[in-house]
Amino acid sequence: MITAPRLEIAVLVLGMIILMLEAFAPKIDKKVFAFIGIAGLAAVLIGTFFLTPSAPTDQATGFWSFYTADPLSIFFKRFSLLTTILVLVMMIDYAPVVRASDGTASSSLGEFFALPVLTCAGLMYTVSAIDFVSIFVSIELVTVSFFVLVSFTRRNPATLEAGVKYLILGALSTAFLVYGITWIFGVTGETNLQRITAAFANPNIDKNAALFGAVLVLVGLGFKIAAVPFQIWVPDVYQGAPTPVTAYLSVGSKAVGFVVLLRVLRPFMMLPKMERLLVLIALLTVLYGNLAALPQNNLKRLLAYSSIAHAGYLLIGVACINGPAVTFYLVAYLLMTLLSFAVLIIVAQQTGEEISDFDGLAKRSPFLAFAMLIAMVSLAGVPFTAGFFGKFFIFYAAIDQHQTALVVVGVITVACGFYYYLKVIRAMYWQPSARIDNIPVSGLSRLAMTALIVAIIWLGIYPTPILDALKR
Amino acid sequence: MCFVGKQLFNLVHFPLMLLFLVLCPIVAAILILAGAPARLTALLAAGANLLVAVLAFSFFEWWEHGFQFVSSFLVSADWRIHFALGLDGLSLVLVLLAVIVTLAAVWFTGKIDNYEQAFYACLLFISSGALGAFASLDLFFFYAFHELALIPTFLLIGIWGTGNRSAAAWKITIYLTLGSFIVLIGLILLYQSVPVASRSFDIRALQEAAVTHQIAPEAQRNIYLLLLLGFGILVSLFPFHTWAPEAYASAPAPAAMLHAGVIKKFGLYGLLRLAIPLLPEGAHYWAHLLVVLLLGNIIYIGLVTIAQKRLDWMLGYSSVMHMGYIFLGIASGNILGTTGAAGLMFAHGLSIALLFAIAGEVRSRTGTLAFDDLGGLAKVMPFAGLAFGFAAFAAIGLPGFANFAAEIMIFFGAFQNGWDMSRFHIFQVATALALWGVVISAVYMLRAYRKTFMGTMAERWTNIVDLRPALRVPITLLIGVLIWYGFFPNTFVRIISPAFRNYLTATK
Repeated sequence: MITAPRLEIAVLVLGMIILMLEAFAPKIDKKVFAFIGIAGLAAVLIGTFFLTPSAPTDQATGFWSFYTADPLSIFFKRFSLLTTILVLVMMIDYAPVVRASDGTASSSLGEFFALPVLTCAGLMYTVSAIDFVSIFVSIELVTVSFFVLVSFTRRNPATLEAGVKYLILGALSTAFLVYGITWIFGVTGETNLQRITAAFANPNIDKNAALFGAVLVLVGLGFKIAAVPFQIWVPDVYQGAPTPVTAYLSVGSKAVGFVVLLRVLRPFMMLPKMERLLVLIALLTVLYGNLAALPQNNLKRLLAYSSIAHAGYLLIGVACINGPAVTFYLVAYLLMTLLSFAVLIIVAQQTGEEISDFDGLAKRSPFLAFAMLIAMVSLAGVPFTAGFFGKFFIFYAAIDQHQTALVVVGVITVACGFYYYLKVIRAMYWQPSARIDNIPVSGLSRLAMTALIVAIIWLGIYPTPILDALKR
Repeated sequence: MCFVGKQLFNLVHFPLMLLFLVLCPIVAAILILAGAPARLTALLAAGANLLVAVLAFSFFEWWEHGFQFVSSFLVSADWRIHFALGLDGLSLVLVLLAVIVTLAAVWFTGKIDNYEQAFYACLLFISSGALGAFASLDLFFFYAFHELALIPTFLLIGIWGTGNRSAAAWKITIYLTLGSFIVLIGLILLYQSVPVASRSFDIRALQEAAVTHQIAPEAQRNIYLLLLLGFGILVSLFPFHTWAPEAYASAPAPAAMLHAGVIKKFGLYGLLRLAIPLLPEGAHYWAHLLVVLLLGNIIYIGLVTIAQKRLDWMLGYSSVMHMGYIFLGIASGNILGTTGAAGLMFAHGLSIALLFAIAGEVRSRTGTLAFDDLGGLAKVMPFAGLAFGFAAFAAIGLPGFANFAAEIMIFFGAFQNGWDMSRFHIFQVATALALWGVVISAVYMLRAYRKTFMGTMAERWTNIVDLRPALRVPITLLIGVLIWYGFFPNTFVRIISPAFRNYLTATK
């Protein structure tokens, strides 16, 4: 049996090993590092099924007052590991682009494969954090690795712009987060979420000051999850960053943001006006994401806006305090987003990232077109795909809480979503293509995509495994 | 059925045959996509399904109460979602409609130039969606199966459509998405309107709850309005009908047959299956609104149909118009009217499929469906002309065809609602107006027949050939069933009407 923190240590050591190998064995083909990373993370993923149960969190002391190994965190550790493995698979496909942009040799590819592993350790730590101190440290671990990853192909001006924007706004959000934590600490004298909850039971604390702190924390986390009005950086950064990093950013970083949000909000939902504020943010986010996605012609940018839209649906779940609905949606979002990015990476190297570059894909590669079709219909929310169950649970939660405005706006924006996701399907299936040569797909990518397609349909019919995993 | 037959029936274990019915088209579609010969596989799957449905029809014990051939698989214990299949008279008739039209649609598929496999796969997916929706006893799968048809329809119109196909494909998809998500909200509200202990997505459990008056009247009104709006969009209830004519005019003939004939009946089936038994208070409360809207379908759309200058648009509008009659039957709120509505769903599905099939054949030969270009085609296509004549007469509602047998029940049923010897109620006024719809449909159908098949023929059509003998099989099948229902309506009526017996009275 293993205790939970050893998983993060194992991942960290794995990342170090890859970096060391790169430094001391320059002759090895860089792709080997990616395979080492995938194999190592897969081993850790298996390890998560042999954890010893942790002590209950309410009387925890010492290290365990900063760190929990509850079902939610274990679940999202697996989630982070799976995401990182899939991102590494995509990075192997993307390696030629990095090599080309580097100009000289393939010297930096080793870091390109090592950094996601280190980021993964950060993601896994973040989902276990139950104290503002550990939340802050782990989120920064994630963000700092992303600063490097986003601007990795730095000779490309768009990437550089993305890197600078992400750096500045990331720093700004960190500042908000710290300031908020300070206010909350000032009011309650605690940083541990459990004890903050207990402190709020005291009628003498200053509710307004606590609310101010909570709003600042919300602003800080709003940057991470791309909620309106803190979404301005998203389209440019997503479009400019190397595509696997965009995928990683939009799944990994967003998922842990939501886990932290769920944990942090639990005590603060007792505060007045907090719920109304969340409902407002959720409304704005679904509206902005979906409406702004309508006119997009660049697929990567479209996916950026779609990720804002999905953040909106997730926020509906958060505003209704429905953890299982949010979790299921995140899992569905992981599967379908990574699938669409995986196809995008392969097609973009052949033609480009515009939607028109997908014209006639069904003729050139029926497999890729079918994978994209499944990803798009799942993102749109067609039944028998995981995306539909995600929306179903979210809408159920909203109706259960009598959030009429959220339901009405949600339904209208879902219809918007069909328009822009089906645009991609139209390009693939009924626009003529200028080229007819086949697109090669490597065996590993084909395997990963097939697994994702099967998972999307399987969860679309039988969602029980995810719902059960949270209960244990 | 005889004793030996009964034993045979037990041997094959009928519950699994419903599963076969729903999954057979999906499996066939996957096989086709994997490389099996497209047309042959599709025909075999559709034929096998017809066989199973006919078996189900002949072994159905209409004198028994409740759902038959039931099979159930647990999907989520927390949410009480089951993958449950079963048939009562109402769904049995619609399943029969679905398999007949599927076979005809597959049979009528001509040569497809690109992505032939995908075309057949899309048709089969639509068929499976319809069958699954009609056979599901669980609200979740009832809803989900209908949506299975959405993307194939989008692709069918978009890839293989004619005219302004892109716009038509978007319009139908966005409209139907909006409608079905409104339905979804209504269904979730319905689920939550029942006390926590008896919450379930199972239609049987919900009916149980409704019989014991567990759904509050206030909730019933709200949910009924949502369902009427959502299902109304799916069925092209006036004024949410604009997607339908455009989509059917652009769609390839087999897609229009399946969609107008079968999938569009889903919304009506939903109202009959959910609104009538579960929300009687809501149905009563909003009956007047529904009556006004359905008169929009019958009178306004009827007049619009007369004004059409192309055969495909005219057929599209006519299918919108005929929905008005079915809504009238649903609004009547008595067994006579609702049974008539269910019967007309069956009859209309067959007749509109036949009309679209022949229109598609005409288009494939002439390349146009504008009335001004056509005329006199019966000279070169006598069999097509005959079949179109039959279908047109059926659609108008001439005695001897299924449509007449069903429409007359609707008119009697609606007239009886709120009937007071001293004065006319809104229902009597509506029925009187709706009867004029028969005249309207006679005008446009006969006009279409005259302009297409009668009169002088243009020189350039002299080389056109009639339908291949093979295509006469599905036509004969469709006409045969229409006439069979027309002459022996009781074979169908006796199995449909028990579905409403627990919830409605014979007259009011």
